[in-house]
Amino acid sequence: MTTSLDETAVRHVAHLARLTVSDAEVARFSQQLSVILQYFEQLEGLDTTNVEPTAHPLGITDVLRDDVVCNPLSTDAALRNAPQHQDQLFQVPKVLDQDNA
Amino acid sequence: MSAGAGNTAFDMAWSVARGECSAEEVVRRHLDGLAESPDALNSILWYDVEHALSSARRVDAAQARGETLGPLAGVPIVLKDNICTNFGPTTCGSKMLEAFRSQYNAHVVQQLEDAGAVIIGKTNLDEFAMGSSTEHSAWGVTLNPWDTDRVAGGSSGGSAVAVAARKAPVALGSDTGGSIRQPASFCGVVGLKPTYGRVSRYGLVAFGSSLDQIGPLANDVRDTALVLGAISGHDDRDSTSADAPVPDYIAALEKSLSGVRIGMAAQYFADGLDAEVRSAVEAAVGLMERQGAKIVEIDLPHTPYAIASYYIIAAAEASSNLARFDGVHYGYRTPQPKDIIDLYASSRGEGFGAEVKRRIMLGTYALSSGYYDAYYLKALKTRTLIKKDFDDAFCHVDVIASPVSPTTAFRIGGKNEDPLSMYLGDVYTISANLAGICAVSVPCGFDAEGLPIGLQLMGPAFGEAAILAAAHQYQLGTDFHQRTPPCVSTG
Repeated sequence: MTTSLDETAVRHVAHLARLTVSDAEVARFSQQLSVILQYFEQLEGLDTTNVEPTAHPLGITDVLRDDVVCNPLSTDAALRNAPQHQDQLFQVPKVLDQDNA
Repeated sequence: MSAGAGNTAFDMAWSVARGECSAEEVVRRHLDGLAESPDALNSILWYDVEHALSSARRVDAAQARGETLGPLAGVPIVLKDNICTNFGPTTCGSKMLEAFRSQYNAHVVQQLEDAGAVIIGKTNLDEFAMGSSTEHSAWGVTLNPWDTDRVAGGSSGGSAVAVAARKAPVALGSDTGGSIRQPASFCGVVGLKPTYGRVSRYGLVAFGSSLDQIGPLANDVRDTALVLGAISGHDDRDSTSADAPVPDYIAALEKSLSGVRIGMAAQYFADGLDAEVRSAVEAAVGLMERQGAKIVEIDLPHTPYAIASYYIIAAAEASSNLARFDGVHYGYRTPQPKDIIDLYASSRGEGFGAEVKRRIMLGTYALSSGYYDAYYLKALKTRTLIKKDFDDAFCHVDVIASPVSPTTAFRIGGKNEDPLSMYLGDVYTISANLAGICAVSVPCGFDAEGLPIGLQLMGPAFGEAAILAAAHQYQLGTDFHQRTPPCVSTG
């Protein structure tokens, strides 16, 4: 288990999470997240052999309902909070013809 | 000393139903209180006089027509600002949602209105409910009414303060790892985290979807039970909502403590627990024993692993849930994005505060390739062991008693640069969320500095009636819940 997040790792995780972080934040998060990850290491000492994971406390399984038409939000209502929209569509910067890695 | 007839939600609804006073009078009295004394504690983010009065008049009209009114007829209530309302803002304490207006009501909003309650405002919180102090809100810190240099607790700090300061008799909060119970404890009010699935999460802005529950805060257990009854029940818009009957929580309060088995685990009284908190909780359990309860020693051996398990799972779920804030569909958008990736990253980087970013990054890391097994999967297996501890314990006891928090309210700014120390303060509350069980925080004393102390009573899944009854019987023998902070005039 990696026990610290150096600044390069912080920038990588921030990229994965699609978060811009300032240089000051990178330094601070590197220190703070490393302390937290070191605390998490105590789980290594716990034997979980043959223990099933619990993703959900009550063991609820898939719930199905009848396939009936109901009233969804109207397009206007759905777009009401959009920062930019046009012609009943969400608007974003151009995504083609560029390196968007 | 008495809270005074007419000051509880129960009494207000009773008076309105019998026509002794109108819902409009009750609501107007609270709105006047909000308008006259500006909210120096910063507990209420928004309120709307017209909306509240028109809701109240609807209740009065129903009363005039001779209709049977709901159990919360005319009762003013405030909601944590992560519960969607189709009126007013729903900001989650975040710049990200400053301009957001929900297009629908949360299920609990509909239920409250069906019960006759009047929503008068929305309360402050840690951004997206991530925090234990209500210091991490884009709209400023909420102050503790017992000592304004202290935090309110969090993340439902605004709801706890509004109730403690008598701005409203009852409030709703949300609890992912103690966010109802810990601020209730810090502010000297009652707060209940229901069993996972008891209350619909439809319209609650998601933080940790396998942990989140909406629950009530009030000045006494009876009002807590009253609100819980109104908001509980199945909702087919939340696939994790339980289809279980809702008992009469008010009637259940009468059950005496005679023969009730109360468990105490050494793990909840270990190093790090403040001596004054310990003695107040032990005194509370002592009183309950004299009231007829039987005290049983139990073992919850995996408790020391709960914080690590919880903060991995909660951060992982948060990183996934908060991916929806993309600067495209709703919420904040950076003004001059270079390209689509920068639109996402800069909108999120500028819109989220520091604690939310820390948790998203922690969760993203724990779920990332190469680390998933070591962190996330390990945390889920640990959760199984913690849940089994409770399953075993509840074979022998009806209720588990413990402190809510290792300390009373800490100083504002005291933990700002040390997030881990903030997380460690959640040690007694997070296990109930991991196990999905119910738990209530009840005032049980004050420390030497006059700060409230909370007693936690945990019950098995759908054991709300039992923990509320035990808490109510305890309150019949104490007056801690009737004391008011200095800002409340006792005239």
